[in-house]
Amino acid sequence: MTTAGSEQNKAPGSTGGATGMSANNDIRQPLWLLAELTYACPLQCPYCSNPMDYANFKKELTTAEWLDVFRQARAMGATQLGLSGGEPLTRPDLVELITEARKMGFYTNLITSGVGMDADKVAEFKEAGLDHIQVSFQASSEDLNDLIAGTDAFKHKIAMAKAVKANGYPMVLCFVTHRQNIDQMEDILELAISLEADYLELATTQYYGWAMHNRDQLLPMKEQLVKAEAIAHRYQEEQQGKMKIYYVVPDYYEERPKACMNGWGNVFLTITPDGVALPCHAARELPGMELPNIRDVSVKEIWEDSNDFNRFRGYEWMKEPCRSCDEKEKDFGGCRCQAYMLTGDPASADPVCSKSFDHHLIEEALKRGRLEAEKTVSEAKPLVFRNPKNSKKLSASE
Amino acid sequence: MSDPVFNASSVPLLALGYRFQWEPMQDCNVLLYPEGMVKLNPAAGEILKHIDAHKQTVAELIAELKAAFNGADLDNDVYKFLEEAHDNGWIRAE
Repeated sequence: MTTAGSEQNKAPGSTGGATGMSANNDIRQPLWLLAELTYACPLQCPYCSNPMDYANFKKELTTAEWLDVFRQARAMGATQLGLSGGEPLTRPDLVELITEARKMGFYTNLITSGVGMDADKVAEFKEAGLDHIQVSFQASSEDLNDLIAGTDAFKHKIAMAKAVKANGYPMVLCFVTHRQNIDQMEDILELAISLEADYLELATTQYYGWAMHNRDQLLPMKEQLVKAEAIAHRYQEEQQGKMKIYYVVPDYYEERPKACMNGWGNVFLTITPDGVALPCHAARELPGMELPNIRDVSVKEIWEDSNDFNRFRGYEWMKEPCRSCDEKEKDFGGCRCQAYMLTGDPASADPVCSKSFDHHLIEEALKRGRLEAEKTVSEAKPLVFRNPKNSKKLSASE
Repeated sequence: MSDPVFNASSVPLLALGYRFQWEPMQDCNVLLYPEGMVKLNPAAGEILKHIDAHKQTVAELIAELKAAFNGADLDNDVYKFLEEAHDNGWIRAE
């Protein structure tokens, strides 16, 4: 899935501005519905946030089941609908889903690689009432873009970005940055300017799913980051009033964790291709999840009453140092999935936090990344690309 | 402060990709935009409702609002809001 980083970006709290939504703690409503329509994707991005074993999930929700989910979430107050995946364009019923969602009053966001789209389809989506198309790129050059995507896609993406603009949409481009492409920052910004983008999301790879597996090869180094950040900030100033640029600092380099999903079960609801409801798209991999499915239970019951959604609400579940921390209401202890992946305990503090007892794990990961970066091409570990073959192989060996 | 964007003859429009609607669950008007939402207070909601409803100059907008609110003196408030909304990227001037 090319959209990994941008999706994570949509976790309110991981950036401000366009991706933020105001949270109201008194009335919990799933304001954001992320519909992962499918795990099918023509791209093979090694930083995909889909689960490693995605190839094992086959039974996608039907059109009627999706529309029912949309209707339920809308009735509960959801306003933003993200149509994502995988690559949502592989769903033959996409136009119908857009049409109906728009009629229900959703603001509809299509999060796509652009592969499988053509100018006619863009116009058809417009007709159906689609509000916004975000096209993701893997890099600013054809070579690197297509290498990372695992397929020839760059030229087509450029054409699709232009078609999006020509159809009267705001053009929202997303680049997910990591060690292999972050040195292109200036070229990325120039590309966005030449395409007349209205918004540019300079997302960062977040280390879940495939990205976690490839972390040593993807973590940027400090000096790369400092340089890229300075360039991004310069363009932010220059482009004021023309292009909105969102720059996300990789959390591994932060002192405090991100307020992941703006709080667990607070505003964000993900539905996976096979109907599992999750508080975030990475939560499927946490231990002890019951993974309620919208085929069995109503969205309302899941949101309000399920163990999964109540598990990390509030502050009672917290351990030290979060429990007595005066910043816990700001960041909610960070990301539960990251805490689990790195420490084995989903209730521990996100190790990104410098107050975490496990913060050394982050420092060690950065060191390992640097060691890997310093290897010669022949010694270096190859990136593992996200495709069904690797998914089956890796999930069988676990 | 930057120069004002709006005068009596300029036409305020919602910015590209912005949508205005009433949200019953929020009990307020909102602006929706790519991946985000702004909840509007009643005054902002009223002004944007008129901007959303049809294309008109600021002078016409103010006249409409005055008619709706018993001739209240709201010129300054409207201009102030329009500039703020423009700074926030919610509206553009044609």
